[in-house]
Amino acid sequence: MKWLSKTYIWVIMLFLYAPIGVLIFFSFNQSKSRSNFTGFTLDWYTRLFHNDLILQSLLNTLIVALVSSVIATVIGTAAAVGLNSMKKWKKSLIMNITYLPIVNPEIVIGVSFMLLFVLAQGLLGRINLGFEFGYGTLILAHVTFNLPYVILNVLPKMRQMDKYVYEAALDLGCPPVKAFFRVVLPEIMPGILSGFLMAFTYSLDDFVISYFVSGASSQTLPITIYSMTRRKVSPEINAISAIIFVVVLLVLLLVNFHGAHKERVSRREGGLA
Amino acid sequence: MKTKYSSLFTLPYLLWSLIFIIVPMGLVVVFAFTTDSGQFTLDYVSQVGEYTNVLVRSVWLAAIATVICLVIGYPLAFIMSRMPGFQQQTMLMLIMLPMWMNFLLRTYAWMTILEKNGLLNKLLGFIGLGPFDMINTQGAVVLGMVYNYLPFMILPLYSIMTKIDSRTIEAAQDLGANTKNVFLRIVIPMSLPGISTGITMVFVPSVSTFIISRMLGGGGNLLIGDLIDLQFLGNAYNPHLGSAISLVLMVLILLCMSLLNQFNGDEEREGMLL
Repeated sequence: MKWLSKTYIWVIMLFLYAPIGVLIFFSFNQSKSRSNFTGFTLDWYTRLFHNDLILQSLLNTLIVALVSSVIATVIGTAAAVGLNSMKKWKKSLIMNITYLPIVNPEIVIGVSFMLLFVLAQGLLGRINLGFEFGYGTLILAHVTFNLPYVILNVLPKMRQMDKYVYEAALDLGCPPVKAFFRVVLPEIMPGILSGFLMAFTYSLDDFVISYFVSGASSQTLPITIYSMTRRKVSPEINAISAIIFVVVLLVLLLVNFHGAHKERVSRREGGLA
Repeated sequence: MKTKYSSLFTLPYLLWSLIFIIVPMGLVVVFAFTTDSGQFTLDYVSQVGEYTNVLVRSVWLAAIATVICLVIGYPLAFIMSRMPGFQQQTMLMLIMLPMWMNFLLRTYAWMTILEKNGLLNKLLGFIGLGPFDMINTQGAVVLGMVYNYLPFMILPLYSIMTKIDSRTIEAAQDLGANTKNVFLRIVIPMSLPGISTGITMVFVPSVSTFIISRMLGGGGNLLIGDLIDLQFLGNAYNPHLGSAISLVLMVLILLCMSLLNQFNGDEEREGMLL
């Protein structure tokens, strides 16, 4: 039984990682062939770092992800704070709207944004406020699909918080605004942070929605990758994959070790108490 | 924290979701039922009927992919949930790592493997088999779906199975239940909410994908997503028909999900999606 489950795990891991391994392996291939390894080279990596299109779209991706996740974090945190003190039916109505972008297929969300922006283009164009698809439309769309993740991360923290602490601050003469920043905000900070990080990573990774709302001048990295896969064989894609894989691996390791360390510390503290 | 004004904090979000969630969704419905000049019409919705074969193919392939994910993922989730803590963390990381790679790259990887003169055909050639036509088939599309969305099945299953107390299983064994009965009467019933979350999380993106089918299915295996894409960004620009197809897709998914909820009973819904 033991060896059976071990083998099973290995088979699944092989399935999950073999394609990625192959991808990375051929990023070091001299020829463009995707099945014949003709010799080791780092050429594709140097080309990658001299490819303006890719560097520009990486920059676009970072800008859009950062701006949209900051906006989403601010609006979403405020919303979660307000939601927490709402009547039940109102709250559940708003939560149902919040779930919409998560449950709805991405392509439908992307298409609906496109309809909205095309319509707005027409209407605003009449009063000389026309705009092009670009950063603006990308950020608006990204904020929208990021908001649920912020709210769903902050809301539980709001619920766990002891509301009497805030009231005590008020009773002791603290003005509400100051009490919010000094008492409530630190308490819900872990939720805000994880919401922000989640929003940021979803933003970085998004292809489908960006595909429908980006302009020619504001391509994000996933969109550039997509057009590269459509055109011709280019081991630069393999090189990108290798870099992304290493970055993700490092981030996950960091988070995991940090988490494991924190857990150990808190367990030790718990043991002492 | 209850003050007179605290619900005002929700206002920016409410405005935002009105403009960017409710209105766009409304537009999809409006576009589906109107002509270019704004007249009400059912033409576009009935035109979707011409694509019944594409609809059926999408649902069928997505359903196969979902079943395969469940069959592969279920035992793995169970094995994981019975591992010691540190190993569980490592396994979780190993399963999430490919998930954080962009799905375009993951799909591209399979493209290079399944090609006519790709790696797999070459390896099979060594043992005197093939070459097989693997890319541009329905099988390749299903494989792409399974590969991309398997973690979405494993994670909810795993998180529900960690909540099953080992002592419950041991008690059943002590009382004489064999392995089959332990699974059929303890583990599976207790993991039902995880099963239905996993099914939703695999089925919804599979049935609405357009990239996987395009990269691995060639031109001959269009899915609903490809149809929608064609109406909006393809040669056949027709947002009305595109909206009608989107509407059908949404209704289809809602139907499937409510069907699933029948089996789920009235379990706690909160936090199930994440």
